[in-house]
Parts: sequence; structure tokens; C-alpha cells
Amino acid sequence: MNWLNAVLQGLLLGGLYALFACGLSLMFGVMRIVNLAHGDFAVLAAFLAYSTVSGTPLGILGATIVVIPVFALLGYLTQRTLIQRALQTGPLSTLLVTFGLSIIIQNLLLQGYSADTRALPAGSLVSASLKLSGQVSISYLALLTFGLAVVVLLGLQAFLSRTALGRMLRATADDREAATLVGADSRHLYGVATAIAFATVALAGLLFAMRSSFDPSIGPTRLLFAFEAVVIGGLGSLWGTLLGGMVLGLAQTIGAQLDPALTLLAGHVIFLAVLAFRPQGLIPARSTA
Amino acid sequence: MTTLLEVAGLTVHHGQLAAVSDVDLSVAEGEIVAVIGANGAGKSTLLGAVAGAHRASAGTVTFAGRDVTRLPAHRRVAAGICLVPEGRRLFPSLTVEENLLTGRYRGRNGPWTLPRVVDLFPWMAQRRRQVSAQLSGGEQQAVAIGRALVANPRLLLLDELSLGLAPVVVRRIYEVLPEIIASGTSILLVEQDVGQALRVADRVHCLLEGRGVLAGRPADLSVADVERAYFGLRSSPALAGEAGPAPDAEPVEGGSR
Repeated sequence: MNWLNAVLQGLLLGGLYALFACGLSLMFGVMRIVNLAHGDFAVLAAFLAYSTVSGTPLGILGATIVVIPVFALLGYLTQRTLIQRALQTGPLSTLLVTFGLSIIIQNLLLQGYSADTRALPAGSLVSASLKLSGQVSISYLALLTFGLAVVVLLGLQAFLSRTALGRMLRATADDREAATLVGADSRHLYGVATAIAFATVALAGLLFAMRSSFDPSIGPTRLLFAFEAVVIGGLGSLWGTLLGGMVLGLAQTIGAQLDPALTLLAGHVIFLAVLAFRPQGLIPARSTA
Repeated sequence: MTTLLEVAGLTVHHGQLAAVSDVDLSVAEGEIVAVIGANGAGKSTLLGAVAGAHRASAGTVTFAGRDVTRLPAHRRVAAGICLVPEGRRLFPSLTVEENLLTGRYRGRNGPWTLPRVVDLFPWMAQRRRQVSAQLSGGEQQAVAIGRALVANPRLLLLDELSLGLAPVVVRRIYEVLPEIIASGTSILLVEQDVGQALRVADRVHCLLEGRGVLAGRPADLSVADVERAYFGLRSSPALAGEAGPAPDAEPVEGGSR
């Protein structure tokens, strides 16, 4: 029964990893850049929500509703001011700029909040769980996280395939210059892609902060998991990202079942195995977005 | 006829090289103007500068009475200039229909709609859900033209329509030009196939090493004039440096007129 529990927890954990990963995947798909500060922005969102909950009468739901749009805006501005400039000087500069952002965010958070671990209070959502049997129960938070991940991925897919803006994002990803010739302002579209990525990573950061404690230094690990989920699933494929997240989550919980020390190692081993034997990922992308 | 496009003293640099220098050219409403010239003569660069893809280092581009020299490419679409780029440049992961729809993103309203483009190229009706990477060269060219048309440009720029296509396909593509002109769109086209250009154009400009060397109505130009201008027989053969190692394989189809 413990094994069944581990499998269920692992699959649901995959939803969280997919949420972390889809923004990374979107930014890579549209702009061909890897945002090394992706995990740190998730942590920043968690701290922002933490301050909102403790400093204002807004509850956790209110804080979520505030933080996500703020992050979308932050994403748009970050792209238009920092990343766009770096893009124009070459692919290496975007790595340097986002790496720099990662360090700056970590240190500012350390300065402002100290290295103490915090938790985002989510009330009964965390403690209450759905009892499937005597030994198998699933927390409502894990279910909610997985459900939100599916909703976000469905929404992203609908946006990319059905709206004019989404279509132009894919067109720009295919051929930026040709997209300019049909009237696409690539800087604006890149801003939109980054805004979406930031909104999703903020949601992921908040959900993560509700289920486990966090401190300013955990961003890079989140980035690594997101990156692994994207690569396992197949770069550029949204549903591949969910599958990749689930495989990674499963590997980690089953590894932990064998020996708690194996948790992270098991995930990394799966990642390396996919890179070695199926480098295109489990579900290779048909399109670049 | 009123002037739609006026290019005056246009110079465009690629790095140190002046790909286009001091070129004057105009297109009137309802006119087809063709630019001919050898490889590396600066034809595509000229078209790119009109579309905004290349920056002018000197000179002006005036469109419908408005100076658009500094207007970025993505805003020229809304102004009414659309380029069908060399090599088609479709969005390979998008379907035929999605490629056409991208033309509507910042396009103007007018007679050209998706259904009308499908009327023009009936095969699209069956295959609108097909990913454009799977199309043949001629089909891709048709989609590229359709993508520009649904933006309802006042001036359509066509860059090397015939490149890499079988003659029968080229003929079919060129057959649609009269309908485009009839809808009120003017055309500026670049063509390596001189015979084709002289057949369809109201006026022809010949570029040599980035400079305009000959201009006129096809009927007024002799084959010898065109050949001399095209190959620059009176100037030094410095063309090789500009065109790179690419072999010069464009025949002047004198006999086909």
C-alpha cells in the first residue's frame, strides 16, 4: 500500500513540476533562451505572497490573485528592459543576464527576509486529505495543484492554437523576420510570452510554498527540476512537459520509498537516462511552441 | 495615375558594402513595376528596404505621400506595404490556414479575405489543415502570396517568385497577378527571369551593382539594351566580388518575348 501511495504522490507531484516547467518551455520555444532565474522568480513570488498574507488582511487566495498579475507585468517589463537587450547582443548574454538576475534575487531575498525557512499558510488545504483507503490518502493541495497544472496547460494550448496572439507567438518562434513582415512586433510578442511564463512560475512558486517550507536559496533546485521535466517530456511539447513532470515526480517518490536519500538521485538518474537513450524526449514536439 | 511609392536616392548598406546606391524608383497606383538584375545586383535589398526589413543609410521612401523611411517593418504592414519574401518564408509549424491568418494580424480591411484567396488557389480548400512544411515549392509560394494578400496591401512586393519553381508552376503563379491588380493593389516585383518580368511589367528597372542603369517600358527597350544593362558590358566585371562564388546561371530570355 505504501508503494501505491508513493506512485500516486509522485504522479500528482508531476503536476507541480509541469507548472514550474511550462513557463521555461514557453520562453525557450518562443525566444530560444533559457531563463536561469526561473526558479528564483518562483521563490520571489512565494516571498511576495508571504508578505502579502502577513502584512495585509488578504488571505492566501487574495495574495494569489494579487501576485500572479503582478508577476505577469514583471515578466513583460523584465523582457522589454533586460532580456530584449541581451537578446540583441547574442544568446550567451541572455544566459549571463538571467544568471545575474538569479544571484541578485537570491541575495536581495536573503537581505530582506534572512535565511530562515518560511511556510505559506494555506489553512485546511494542506492538512485535509482525501482518504482512499486506510493507508492511501491524497492531500487536497496535491489534487488542487495537479488540477491547476492541467487547467493551465489546457489554457496555454488553447491560447497558442486558437487566438491570433498565440498564433503570432508560434509564427515568431518559427521565423522572427517573416513574422515581422506580416506585422508582428517581436519585442511585444516576446514580452507577452515572458509575461505568461512569469505568471505560471508565480503560481507554481505559491503552490510549492504551500506544501513545503522555502528559503531564498531553493530557486536553482526548482529550476533544475523544471529543466528536467522539460527535457524528459520533450522540448516544446506542453503535454510532454506534464508527462515529464510526472515521470520525474514518480522517480523521486519511488526513490524515496526505497531509501529517503535516493529521492533526488532517482530523479536525476531518470533525467540522464532519457538524455542518453531518448534525447528528443518522451513526446517530441510537433511545433516549436 | 497618382504615385503610390516614391523611392529617391536610396542607399542601403550591408556592413561596408553598399548593396543599393542612390536608386530612384516610383510605382503608380495600379501599376506593375519590375526590377531586374543579376545575382547580387541589390534587387532583394531594394525590396527589403521598401518593406522595412533593411535600413536605408541615405535617401527616402515615400509611401502614399507619407515618409516611411524610418518606419519599422512591422508597422509598414498596417500602412499597406506587404512583402512576399524570397524563399517564401512560411511558418513551417503552422497549417496553411494559420499561415494565411497571420496575414490578418495587422492587415488592413479590404476585398481580400481568406475565402477569396482560396478561390484564387482552389487546392487550398482541401488542404487548409495541412502543416505548411509539407507543401511543394509552388504551393508554398501560393500560400506566401495569399498571406500577403489577406492583409490587403496597397503595394505588394514580390521577391523572386520564380526561384526554384518549375516553369509551368511559375506561369500559374503569374496568372494571378491581373486579378490582384484589378483589386486595386499595385505591385513591385523582383525577378531574375527577365523574360517573365518584361512580359508582366508596365515598367522595368534594371539594377547593376546596386545602381539603376536602365529604366523604361518593356516595349521601348531593345533586347540589346537590356542585355547591356543586365551584364554591365560597358563597366568592369566587378560583379564577382559582390555575388560571391555563386555561379551566374540566369539566362536572359531574349527569344521568349
